[in-house]
Amino acid sequence: MATQHSRSAARLMMAPAVVLLLGWMLVPLIMTVFFSFKKYLPLRGDKLSDGLEWVGFLNYERFISSGSFWPSVQTTLVIVVSVLVITVTLGILLALLLDQPMWGQGFVRILVIAPFFVMPTVSALVWKNMFMDPINGILAHLWMLFGAEPVLWLSQASVPSIILIVSWQWLPFATLILLTAIQSLDGEQLEASEMDGAPKLKRFWHIVLPHLSRAITIVILIQTIFILSIFAEIFVTTGGAFGTKTLTYLIFQRVLDSQNVGLGSAGGVYAIILANIVAIFLMRIVGKNLDN
Amino acid sequence: MARAVTNQRKATNTLFAWAIGLLIFFPILWTILTSFKTEAQAINDPPIFFFFDWTLENYAAVMERSDYAKFLWNSIIIAVGSTILGVIIAVPAAWSMAFVPSKRTKDILLWMLSTKMLPAVGVLYPIYLIFIQLGILDSRIGLVVVLMLINLPIIVWMLYTYFKEIPVDILEAARMDGASLRDEIVHVLTPMAIPGIASTVLLNIILAWNEAFWTLNLTAAKAAPLTAFIASYSSPEGLFFAKLSAASTMAIAPILIMGWFSQKQLVRGLTFGAVK
Repeated sequence: MATQHSRSAARLMMAPAVVLLLGWMLVPLIMTVFFSFKKYLPLRGDKLSDGLEWVGFLNYERFISSGSFWPSVQTTLVIVVSVLVITVTLGILLALLLDQPMWGQGFVRILVIAPFFVMPTVSALVWKNMFMDPINGILAHLWMLFGAEPVLWLSQASVPSIILIVSWQWLPFATLILLTAIQSLDGEQLEASEMDGAPKLKRFWHIVLPHLSRAITIVILIQTIFILSIFAEIFVTTGGAFGTKTLTYLIFQRVLDSQNVGLGSAGGVYAIILANIVAIFLMRIVGKNLDN
Repeated sequence: MARAVTNQRKATNTLFAWAIGLLIFFPILWTILTSFKTEAQAINDPPIFFFFDWTLENYAAVMERSDYAKFLWNSIIIAVGSTILGVIIAVPAAWSMAFVPSKRTKDILLWMLSTKMLPAVGVLYPIYLIFIQLGILDSRIGLVVVLMLINLPIIVWMLYTYFKEIPVDILEAARMDGASLRDEIVHVLTPMAIPGIASTVLLNIILAWNEAFWTLNLTAAKAAPLTAFIASYSSPEGLFFAKLSAASTMAIAPILIMGWFSQKQLVRGLTFGAVK
């Protein structure tokens, strides 16, 4: 039973974490919202100390009406959805396979998880040069082996290339979580259905998949949040060229490359709203789980 | 009735799983192999797998070219520093939420998690500006603080789920014996919590090591860690496959090894306890 004393002590112990996170969240957020209503071009002499010109919703309008906005939204969605479909589908298959009895299971697990630990800049560069290089890349060798013309991956098939790289990075995450969920499946229930002579596909459809539904939802939500903001994978491969400019990358270019802070901040506010829509669903699930 | 799995089926599973495992691992394996080739062998047509003259010259070249030790040191300081700082702040918070829960505990936990979902790019310029004002742009201390704040929600969450599993009875018994709050934490809780804290530390070092938005955007020459070091190979040096591979291998090796040790705890840390 918690006493009054321990309660106030508890509040005190929580304070540093809460205050820091509150500051970390609010201060930059308020600044971003503030800038988004201002004309702020540091390279053209706009200074914070001189006061900035209030422009209302002009930045918001300009950000949306610029020619690169809708393509960037489309690219973002294509990448996110494709990576989700690929990693969840392959993740389920792989988790089912790894759940089977075999020799050296631990070793295979290690191999499968490894890409998750590779830093994004390394995986992007390794794929870009050693695999997707049209002359010396492994994929070019493979294509020529079958008599096909090597593909200029990052220019001709730029978005699929990014999807391939990001999927490779996130497949381990999906597999690992789905495998954990499969392993918690009640063995007796499965065995009983097996005795009833239920065919494998049916068993998967009626017992395994429903059991996995929560884990799948969580994989989808967490990956969405991270993949919405992929950066290094684009930064070191195409630099946003060839139609690979995601919303995140577009904002980055507005803010740091062209130093149009007002415009970029308006974009930032859009990105924050987008991420929050996804986050709300994730919070619901995690929150429900906290109750039991 | 337990069914005996036939050896034949087991062999088929094994074959499949190993083939797929190796396929997924192949880019890493290929990078490691290439790092020991000469530049000519690295781009040989057809590709050479094992039978080349193994050499360490690429490693020597990378070390010479780029002051690798400095980047490595920056990575270590930033990853370890932000994790330790985060744990120091998170342990009391997680402790109080796990053992003295109030009506608002759940909301606070969820709110903390929600700060993690803020897209970094949305607040890039404010952070950039604040860093310039404070004079900590391109400094290790600045990155330690930012990465600590980014990972703090995960650290609190992981610790919370571990602390939750510690039986409350033990704490009550200690309290009956007249243990103060401090005693409780130092002598009762800490020993039981150490395994959980250790896995939290491990996972967060990995996450901080691989973080590639703030480390790329807030550093230049002085505080750049390995993520930025590799990004500097973007072009045209990246076309020197063997050197690129050596640099990459050096950047990922320490974390790959740590990751393999921490894989059992990964799920908990990455799903906020929602998948067990």
